[in-house]
Amino acid sequence: MASSAKEMKEVLFGPIFANNPIALQILGICSALAVTSKMENTVVMCIALTMVTAFSNLFISMIRNHIPSSVRIIVQMTIIASLVIVVDQILRAYAYSIAKELSVFVGLIITNCIVMGRAEAFAMKSSPGLSFLDGIGNGLGYSVVLLFVGFIRELFGSGSLFGTQIFALASEGGWYQPVGFLLFPPSAFFVIGAFIWILRTFRPEQVEPKD
Amino acid sequence: MEAYVSLFIKSVFIENLALMFFLGMCTFLAVSKKVSTAFGLGVAVIVVLGISVPVNNIIYHNILAPGALSWAGFPDADLSFLRFLAFIGVIAALVQILEMALDKYVPVLYNALGIFLPLITVNCAIFGGVSFMVERDYNFGESVVYGIGSGVGWALAIVALAAVREKLKYSDVPDGLRGLGITFISVGLIGLGFMSFSGVSL
Repeated sequence: MASSAKEMKEVLFGPIFANNPIALQILGICSALAVTSKMENTVVMCIALTMVTAFSNLFISMIRNHIPSSVRIIVQMTIIASLVIVVDQILRAYAYSIAKELSVFVGLIITNCIVMGRAEAFAMKSSPGLSFLDGIGNGLGYSVVLLFVGFIRELFGSGSLFGTQIFALASEGGWYQPVGFLLFPPSAFFVIGAFIWILRTFRPEQVEPKD
Repeated sequence: MEAYVSLFIKSVFIENLALMFFLGMCTFLAVSKKVSTAFGLGVAVIVVLGISVPVNNIIYHNILAPGALSWAGFPDADLSFLRFLAFIGVIAALVQILEMALDKYVPVLYNALGIFLPLITVNCAIFGGVSFMVERDYNFGESVVYGIGSGVGWALAIVALAAVREKLKYSDVPDGLRGLGITFISVGLIGLGFMSFSGVSL
């Protein structure tokens, strides 16, 4: 039992730093970055993605022995798309303004490579329980990067967090001159590049070999 | 006519799918090591976007949109919640058909695009392009222009990045930044360059 508890811990926490889906596996950057200019949107996006990954892993793993391998992509897609529709409808019902701001990016969870990649690489070969944990773990790994980027962009870009003013802005008589550049899309690339640099400084085994 | 030209310019430069909306990033970063492969993928994306956006436009306006089924006797039906499922199905099917058609009639192009076509099904640029078309309520003509334009923009961006990365091979990058890190930062710089187009108003 001890070894299986260890295995579960590995599956759940491994993706956060040791095997981060964004920083190491280059998965799921697609739909993510455009939503990180505000913490509120970022948190909603993270929760949505973690849920979809976890449940799609769970369902796909449950029926993995019945899926013929020639049509597995379509089956996976259908399951993922249905889950995303559920998430989208819930957001529209309970958080309409956020759903409006996230616009097409909720739908883009379908083509987010993390969901698809984990379904293909993990859920097709593992038991439902472990797959569910793997989905949550990868969702968390993705959330860590996104929250980091969102935190930096909102705090230094507009001097606020979750819409509450933290730094008094110079334009309103305070002392902080916001870095407007951080609100533009390209800044997210710099922040993620820096995140990867920091991560790899502490974990040198992730450094890519020279080619 | 003028509206179409300005929509085209807008979708290629100002609202570039890759650099302004981060769409198709996974393939964008993974397949941009060499200019020739990047170019092949770019062409494939132009073709698939150019076809799938108008096709999904027809499907959306005739079947899924609220009240669209009135020709079949269901004026109150609203199937728009099914659109994700329908779009992804259409894209997957289109890519499959395109693959078979190219294999049969244009084997040269098929061999050139070969490995990239299946990759495109899960490329968020395609799905994003289709979703933007619905979100912005384009009509059929606009959706053709938008599909091709955004494809061209994506192709331009990936070829530019591949060219930069080919040169980067000779530079001495700090250890932790080598590979993915420096690629992100180069994409950011290219994005900044493209931002200068945002002042262009047509």
